Amino acid sequence: MSYTMWILLTAALVGINCGLIGTFLVLRKMSMLSDAISHSVLLGIVGAYMVSHQLQGVSMLIGALLVGLLTTFLVQLLHQKGVQSDAAIGVVFTCLFAIGVVLISLFADRVHLDVEHALMGEIAFVPWDVLEVGGKSIGPKAVWLLGFVLAINIFVIVFAYKELKISSFDSEMAVTLGIPVVFIHYVLMGMLSLTTVASFDSVGAILVVAMLIVPSATAYLWTDRLSVMLICSAMIGVLASMIGYMGATAFNVSISGAIAVATGVIFFVSLWIAPKHGLLRKWLKKSPA
Amino acid sequence: MNPLVVEQVTVAYDRKLVLEDVSFSVPEGKLVGIIGPNGAGKSTLMKAMLNFIPRMHGNVFVYGKPYEKQRHLVGYVPQRNSVDWDFPTNALDVVLMGRYGHIGLWKRPRKEDVDIAMQCLDKVSMLPYAKRQISQLSGGQQQRVFLARALAQDASVYFMDEPFVGVDAATEKAIVQLLNELKMRGKTVLVVHHDLQTVRDYFDYVLLLNKRVIAFGETESVFTYDHIQKTYGGKVTFLSAAHIVG
Repeated sequence: MSYTMWILLTAALVGINCGLIGTFLVLRKMSMLSDAISHSVLLGIVGAYMVSHQLQGVSMLIGALLVGLLTTFLVQLLHQKGVQSDAAIGVVFTCLFAIGVVLISLFADRVHLDVEHALMGEIAFVPWDVLEVGGKSIGPKAVWLLGFVLAINIFVIVFAYKELKISSFDSEMAVTLGIPVVFIHYVLMGMLSLTTVASFDSVGAILVVAMLIVPSATAYLWTDRLSVMLICSAMIGVLASMIGYMGATAFNVSISGAIAVATGVIFFVSLWIAPKHGLLRKWLKKSPA
Repeated sequence: MNPLVVEQVTVAYDRKLVLEDVSFSVPEGKLVGIIGPNGAGKSTLMKAMLNFIPRMHGNVFVYGKPYEKQRHLVGYVPQRNSVDWDFPTNALDVVLMGRYGHIGLWKRPRKEDVDIAMQCLDKVSMLPYAKRQISQLSGGQQQRVFLARALAQDASVYFMDEPFVGVDAATEKAIVQLLNELKMRGKTVLVVHHDLQTVRDYFDYVLLLNKRVIAFGETESVFTYDHIQKTYGGKVTFLSAAHIVG
């Protein structure tokens, strides 16, 4: 496969992963928690490096998962102690992210990881960092990582679809039905952490938030069904990746930046023309026929 | 054996008591109105019974066993504004949620569950709206969907938090009819209610609540001028109280 194809595949996988998870974040009104986790997983990555002395694969996933769940737990804990939930998010993720930044600068001479890379990612380098089996290259590591996380995400969503749905719509009712709402919350935050860390290398901590929230918020405008919203959101993520990549090569700008801009453009176009919730329709409805 | 026995339930927010020593016991097949002024702890009582908020102490028994072991026997209808009606789902899907306890964890709804959900929608005259997105429904229709969901749950004891708030007259009538049908089938229903005018018509039993139980018992004997005055701290005027008690 060509260099371009690998980049497009990577970006598409980021789009699908983020679109699926983002749908639940938007519906649960937890968009800002994705901002928190996307930053605090940096600590997980640095922590994983300090333990395993490598910067990839399973150790990175485990590190991110642990810190992601820690973030969720701390936010919940502060909230229970009476701190406003948005303030709790603000306190927790900035602290964990800052610890990550300090640790990076401590080990800067030995780690191929800098803060700018962590924030912005660099998808253009992805195709060169390949996974080798028996001396043969089987494609970029990022693609394998994203594919693995996608398999987990799809499995959990299919397996626990009705549980995710009811705990997002009416969590109190779900509790009375004996559905493990808290467990499901942590599973979802675990998936978010894995998705974030897998997307990290390609699009970075800030743009991953764009990929999580904007396609899902856009899909919300287009449909009234959860299953359709999930698929729609993933497709918008892919579409934004393609448009973004083409834009980036045409104008010779940052690929991840262009992809995030593309999500924004698709959102604003949808805001006008979406059939069910678009502004255009609302105005047409109001004006006398 | 009484379907619901509540023993000395006490709840505090930040060490401030909001419910104190609430005890009562409901016989089977009764409609019970929970009545009291704003801030009396009516919804709090319901939430504490269902373990949404921690009880400082006290026990709740459903058919002789602690509530925690009998969850499947208890149906809950939350206040209508407690959920986001813009959620991407339709009326049938919401009613189907009532079946989730019967379907079991991680399993898919079967055809019979869908059939039951459709029947329940029909019972509240909402069958034509089954595929309607829930934000497209009126307040009364949304409340009917919630009731259909409770029916689909097929519980023995129901807790309903202000089902009559913000609904049209037709829906109010439909709810009353439904409550009576549940009662005929031997179900026990507790309803948080705040319209004093209708208490006598709707409920067999009343729980007059203001942080503690002011009175509990059959409406006839308990829903009296003195008790209402005591519950509302003398804020109900003599004339309107006389009118209510009839």
